[in-house]
Amino acid sequence: MVHLVIFLVFGIVCVAGAVNVLVQTHPINSALSLIAVMVSLAVEYLLLGAEFVAAVQVIIYAGAIMVLFVFVIMLLNAGTEERTSGSRVALIFGMPAMLVGSALVAWVLVQRSGTQSVAVGSLPGDPKTIAWLLFHEFLLPFEVTSVLVLIAIMGAVVLASRPESVQQAKREG
Amino acid sequence: MYVLVSIVKTVIALAVLLTAVAYSVWLERKVVGHMQNRWGPTRVGPFGLLQPLADGVKFLLKEDLTPPYVYKPIYIAAPMIAVVFALTSIAVIPIGNSITLFGVTTPLSIADVNIGLLVVLGITSMGVYGIALAGWSSNSKYSLLGSLRSSAQMVSYEIALGLSLIGVMIMAGSFSLRDIVNAQAGSYWHIIPRWNIFQGQFVAFFIYLMAAFAETNRIPFDLPEAETELVAGYHTEYSAMKFAMFFMAEYANMITVACLASILFLGGWHGPIFGPPLLQSLLPIFWFALRIFGFLFLYIWIRGTLPRFRYDQLMAFGWKFLFPLAIANLIITALVVALKS
Repeated sequence: MVHLVIFLVFGIVCVAGAVNVLVQTHPINSALSLIAVMVSLAVEYLLLGAEFVAAVQVIIYAGAIMVLFVFVIMLLNAGTEERTSGSRVALIFGMPAMLVGSALVAWVLVQRSGTQSVAVGSLPGDPKTIAWLLFHEFLLPFEVTSVLVLIAIMGAVVLASRPESVQQAKREG
Repeated sequence: MYVLVSIVKTVIALAVLLTAVAYSVWLERKVVGHMQNRWGPTRVGPFGLLQPLADGVKFLLKEDLTPPYVYKPIYIAAPMIAVVFALTSIAVIPIGNSITLFGVTTPLSIADVNIGLLVVLGITSMGVYGIALAGWSSNSKYSLLGSLRSSAQMVSYEIALGLSLIGVMIMAGSFSLRDIVNAQAGSYWHIIPRWNIFQGQFVAFFIYLMAAFAETNRIPFDLPEAETELVAGYHTEYSAMKFAMFFMAEYANMITVACLASILFLGGWHGPIFGPPLLQSLLPIFWFALRIFGFLFLYIWIRGTLPRFRYDQLMAFGWKFLFPLAIANLIITALVVALKS
């Protein structure tokens, strides 16, 4: 019972934070709301019994990636964003379409796909189970993902470093 | 009953931690004073022992100045964020096996979680926000530069710190701090204790120590608050109790780091046990406190000895030296453990 109440409270915090990310005009406020979303997601994972995923969610997303977001916002000293009136078509058709779409997904998940609601804390989520899954059953996807990340890092380095010709021109000039 | 015991333990742990924070400030002033051929605090109480109380009263009574043009909500929240995350991580740190008082047997930690090490890492990684937001919201260039330096430094050294801990986790096969300590029980030939530092993890210990100094913004890594360049860094614009909160956060972090170092590398609360039953249950706490005191003294000793790094040296040391060393240590540890089993 207590678990369910905590779950619902953090679910509401999570959704409210996500909406707040869009509503806030100042980038630092949006970033802070996103941190709140990440942390409440971690609490939800924890309540579902996935303590390792919860801890990693806090360490990686809230503690490392969002720090870089905040860092960049501080470094660029980004000010309040300018508001445009927005597209009317999006308001008339987009919002109802989104509501219908998400309702449809929820309905299919509940009714059609044979998924059952899971009691809070009943799933095995301890580090050993996750390690077993990652390094046995899903070893190939895991390694492919790590190679993908490596390629992304190399791409970032290539994009960030100046082309050879520019460097040479600078040295000579 | 469980709730009541937890509340009592939380209150005791907080009281002890805050007292330890106050007196590590006193210890630092005293030791650095003697190293520099001065006396340190002497006026308030014997040996200046009441100085922390006097400081506390002073911080509470001083004018709490809020400079104009600051971003107020975050300016006020930042010191609170810093101090909350610094104090929270003590909740999962065990200081001994268990104790029986008034017929109740309870483990000597507020919460006994099986991912304790990850929880500590998560909480300390959130602590960066206090410093980063303080500098940004102060709307001052010294503060901003200080907090930029600090977030870059903490993110960089967190990688080496995390990697240095993985070796210990592999050896114990657990994230639980209690299991890690229990795995270090016993000794070789009744002389050398089976602490992780004597089991081939001394490189990891060195990496952890360096990274921990950087994480807590202590000399020689205290560039975020380098007085000669940045006035006082991220807390330049803070006064009274808000300033004191940053100080409390820094010293509480030092104590957390010292606890973690003793648990992971120096065998936690293991030590010679003798005497009547009550003494036997209290001795582990004493051995643990002794290790923490040793670490705090080391912090102060290094502060009194070493000059500050240059900023590019700091980054190069973290990325080009500690990081590869940590990876090499991890690979070798994993290989040895895999070959043994």
